Amino acid sequence: MPLLRNFLALTGAALLALFTAIALTAGWLYPGDPLDMVAAPLLWPGEDMAFPLGTDPMGRDLAAGLAHGARASLAVGFYAAFVGVAIGTLVGAAGGYFGGWLDEVLTRLTELFQTIPTMLLAIVIIAIASPSTETVALAIGLASWPTIARLVRAQFRALRQADFVTAARSVGYGDLRIIFGEILPNALPPIVVTTSVMVASAILLESALSFLGMSDPDKLSWGTMIGNGRELLRSAWYLSALPGAAISLVVLALNLLGDGLNDHFNPRLRQR
Amino acid sequence: MSQASSRASLRLRRIAAQALPTAIGIVILHFCLLQLVPGDAVDVLAAEAGSATAETMAQLRASLGLDQSFLAQLGQYLWRLAHFDLGQSSRYHAPVAELILSRLPGTLLLMVVALAIAVVVGVACGVLMSVWAGRWPDQLLSIAAMLLHAMPGFWVALMIVVVFSVHLGWFPSGGNATLGADLQGLAWWRDRALHLTLPALSLSTFFVSIYARLTRAAMLEVNRQDFVRTATAKGLAPLAIQLRHVLRNALIPVTTMMGLHLGNLLGGSVVIETVFGWPGMGSLALEAMLARDYPVLLGVLLLGSFVVIAANALIDLLHAWMDPRIQGE
Repeated sequence: MPLLRNFLALTGAALLALFTAIALTAGWLYPGDPLDMVAAPLLWPGEDMAFPLGTDPMGRDLAAGLAHGARASLAVGFYAAFVGVAIGTLVGAAGGYFGGWLDEVLTRLTELFQTIPTMLLAIVIIAIASPSTETVALAIGLASWPTIARLVRAQFRALRQADFVTAARSVGYGDLRIIFGEILPNALPPIVVTTSVMVASAILLESALSFLGMSDPDKLSWGTMIGNGRELLRSAWYLSALPGAAISLVVLALNLLGDGLNDHFNPRLRQR
Repeated sequence: MSQASSRASLRLRRIAAQALPTAIGIVILHFCLLQLVPGDAVDVLAAEAGSATAETMAQLRASLGLDQSFLAQLGQYLWRLAHFDLGQSSRYHAPVAELILSRLPGTLLLMVVALAIAVVVGVACGVLMSVWAGRWPDQLLSIAAMLLHAMPGFWVALMIVVVFSVHLGWFPSGGNATLGADLQGLAWWRDRALHLTLPALSLSTFFVSIYARLTRAAMLEVNRQDFVRTATAKGLAPLAIQLRHVLRNALIPVTTMMGLHLGNLLGGSVVIETVFGWPGMGSLALEAMLARDYPVLLGVLLLGSFVVIAANALIDLLHAWMDPRIQGE
């Protein structure tokens, strides 16, 4: 089983590296605007080898769209996860380290945001702040930080009485230095694992939002492509199927990587 | 008996202490978001009328109390909320609360059925996986769960429609009932069930995968505990041990996660309802979003959150019933 686990984690890492490479080189692989018409409309995948993944009803190359879409989807995913991890870490660290009324208030706040349906909150934020890559990422981050906050809080509560923290305090380190220099590095492994899962769920959430038409209208993302293909679902289902498969692969890669990291950091659980 | 009832009341009080601050917080957040919305009700009314002078708009603002201070407006808002007045929808020309409540049953039905499918199928798969842990049925189901976990729900929905609706023609691809058909009795139920199947299935896939993996891990964990060995030594049948003792304990983490997933379930329902044209709160929220009908959109956020709070309280009670050790402090 460990061998299989390692293999899966490596597959995940390789897939993720591949998609990141495609996203970074999309402009070079497929120069020009992916929204331009380049071929006959509605070519099925494999019908014309110049456009291996086919074209949409506007004659746009689906492969070019997927490559450029990778850029938008991954960017939003990572950016949103960054926002969520930053907020969650600050809230969780402050509550877990200082305890008392601050912890009480922050825990309530975390519960509050955990109760509100993430998707609805993100829709409302985007409706108020008009969709762009930044606002979508910010909305997803703002709506999804509680997971990290709970985790970081638990870690900090467990570690704040640890010997090395007492030692640091007796040497006269300040609170900030203890939080960021001493406890956070030790609490990092589970945060890293959860971050990979958060990037995955941010990508899923972004795809749903852009499927519903809530994304930067000038940028192509995988969710938008699925939404565009939806009207032709009966005759040309590949238009929706391909971008969806791309999303699933990226999310799968991130989940596999997360599982692998989890096993790596918790060897005790490895035999499961 | 009296001890049990006092425990129940303690439990209820604890649940209320948990839920109330969250509800109040959500109400305040709702008010703040309403303040952030670009333009106000008067702008909307003016746009509807097509023409309005600055004077009439100022008059309208005064009559709606929109020219008062932040705190006064908060007070008015709370007063209206206490009377269940969430404002007026500009798009539907109807009270927001009425609109949302008319769509609430549709969403609740979809959520409850999807959750039931997710729990039943997920737990069943998890039990099978734990029984065959490490062997091929386990690995096959694990891979399936991993794939389901990675797919966007709305995409699963579209692909299910392609297969079961477009190609096989087994299920209708949208709506919640056949339009114009005057069905009675069994035919009515059948029609409803057929319309419900695909949306509920696609909403449940993601959660099936979660519960399967969770049940598997929990079953393996419980199986290692002493009381299982005792039960075996006592001569209980393996199946009885697994179902009566191990599964009962393994279900506790599943119900805990269920509470955490309710918000996700409601969020997923927004997209699934849109895919299937299912008349629920989610499709209402999207229509409101496209029409810039902010009171409706924010009303859905408020009531959706309340639904999650109420359902969480229910799950807490279920929890207490399943594991008597869990008590109020």
